[in-house]
Amino acid sequence: MTTRSNAHGGRRVGAGRKKGTVLKEPTAVMRIPESQKPLIANFLAAYRRGQSIPQQDQPTVFVRPIIAPVKRDWPLFSSKVAAGFPSPADEHVERRLDPTEFLIDDEEATFFVTIQGYSMIDSGLLPGDKAVVDRSKNASIGDIVLAVVDGEFTIKLLAKTKQGEPRLLPSNQSGEYKPIEIKDGMQFEIWGVVTGSFRRFK
Amino acid sequence: MSRSIALIDVNNFYVSCERVFNPKLVGKPVVVLSNNDGCAVARSNEAKVHIPMGAPWFKFQQIAKEQQIVALSSNYALYADMSNRVMHILNQFSPDQEVYSIDECFLDLSGFQHLDLLHYGQQIRHRVGQWTGLPVSVGIGASKTLAKLANNCAKKRPEFDGVCDFNQLSPKQRNHLLADLDVGEVWGVGRKLAARLKTQGLHSVLDLKQANPDTLRRQYSVVMEKTVRELNGTACLDLEYVVSDKKQILSSRSFGIPVTDINSLAESISLYTSRAAMKLRRQHSVARMIQVYIRCSPYRSGDAFYGSSLMVSLPMASDDTRILIKHALSALKEMYRPGFNYAKAGIMLTELQPKSGQQQDLFAPNQDAKSGQLMMVMDVINNTMGRDTLQLANQGFKRPWAMKQEHKSPSYTTKWGEVLKVS
Repeated sequence: MTTRSNAHGGRRVGAGRKKGTVLKEPTAVMRIPESQKPLIANFLAAYRRGQSIPQQDQPTVFVRPIIAPVKRDWPLFSSKVAAGFPSPADEHVERRLDPTEFLIDDEEATFFVTIQGYSMIDSGLLPGDKAVVDRSKNASIGDIVLAVVDGEFTIKLLAKTKQGEPRLLPSNQSGEYKPIEIKDGMQFEIWGVVTGSFRRFK
Repeated sequence: MSRSIALIDVNNFYVSCERVFNPKLVGKPVVVLSNNDGCAVARSNEAKVHIPMGAPWFKFQQIAKEQQIVALSSNYALYADMSNRVMHILNQFSPDQEVYSIDECFLDLSGFQHLDLLHYGQQIRHRVGQWTGLPVSVGIGASKTLAKLANNCAKKRPEFDGVCDFNQLSPKQRNHLLADLDVGEVWGVGRKLAARLKTQGLHSVLDLKQANPDTLRRQYSVVMEKTVRELNGTACLDLEYVVSDKKQILSSRSFGIPVTDINSLAESISLYTSRAAMKLRRQHSVARMIQVYIRCSPYRSGDAFYGSSLMVSLPMASDDTRILIKHALSALKEMYRPGFNYAKAGIMLTELQPKSGQQQDLFAPNQDAKSGQLMMVMDVINNTMGRDTLQLANQGFKRPWAMKQEHKSPSYTTKWGEVLKVS
């Protein structure tokens, strides 16, 4: 008789409300003073609403997997799996360093140009260097920018005059290159911000 | 709740790409010429008044000189790269995207109706403009057909500032705009169809919208009925997310100089066939038929005209460059007549079928297994080391007949040696 009665009552597997169906996270039971019950209920209702309302102010940006990814050599396992002792290094394998990732923030907005002349050598831009130009960045005073002045491209430091007009400064102590003042009637546009550069020796 | 489908396209795409890298062209009349500098295929707004679309360029050279129109050869490497950038950026604004052509795509914004879509559209314009330098127009409607028309309004009516959302207009305002648009502007209504509709008294888009869809189905087709329903706000055409495999692959060019001998023609036919075969393998298809054509220029007066095309059925569907070229050349030998100045040649692969699930022929020699391996090696080498690194000798090496591109801009974004030089 005792064995039969033990089979009844108690917790049934799978019964009750599923975890996370209401608040989308695990919950806990807690005793609260009865007088404070409406307050807590209001709080929970507001909390639930907050979970379901999309944040309107945040930019809606999707990250989608690239359908045909560029092939890169990223080691998954460095040793073959054999029926012996596995390589102790396997757990420490990381993705190999990728210079593209180092130089580029936004691939779709990034362009390369070749540096000509010596006007920017003090900023480390030598003739023949490839400069990385990112159009997604907003230019600030002090940035190296690729600008268009009256239809001509130029790479210079962005500055401003006391009157707040834009000014383009060379980065060369010799004094051979003069600053470019942007005056009324001149066509001026910042094409992109120079975010880096690279060169090869051999 | 009606849907919000957006059609976004780049204004004067080819010309706008050229202007990004050559700011001196801004504000000047510019045209981009087709392959071989044949016709004007893109025009800046400034050039549109002087040069009709598709105009044969040699006829307009005098006008171009008088109006100081800048003519450029098409730079497809640049346009393709800029197109990819634009499409990836647009994809950030909705995961549901159909890339419809090199310069336009549909985005389903139905899930974003809690936002102000006019503002969202302006954000799209701003981001594409800042990141790529290209101007885009955004048209939003309850169906693809309406989105196209909204885009038309966004582009042509300055009061919309580049973004037009039909869903936010009253029915009266919307009908007012549609009454102003010619029926030929409707997506899928070509010149012939428009002329026929007009004989029935359907002149504007509004006329078509208010026509009886059932009557039109009987008179025209079910496609026309769908168009009318789409104009009334019922989305009948869904976005096609996956690019369907091509049903036919075409490869043809005009020659830079007139070609008379069969060897040059054979070289060009071989080259075009190998390009088409590579595309065929990329989509994992095989072709059952190959059509070859050659013709003289219809524009060169004084020359005798000859043109011919021939369809060859392959004994066994194939994707092997060597087999396809063999049959293309046999067709050429059939058609070739000496003594003519040939201006253009081309091939088309048709009757395409997926390579897997291919019907084997009991009596025909089957494509051997090594063929697949050989073609794969060829594609890998050509993809990584540049087009035509590995090629069949019959494609020719010097190609004196190759196409004329006298005014091509540099490949600013795809060749290290041709990026902008800036001091």
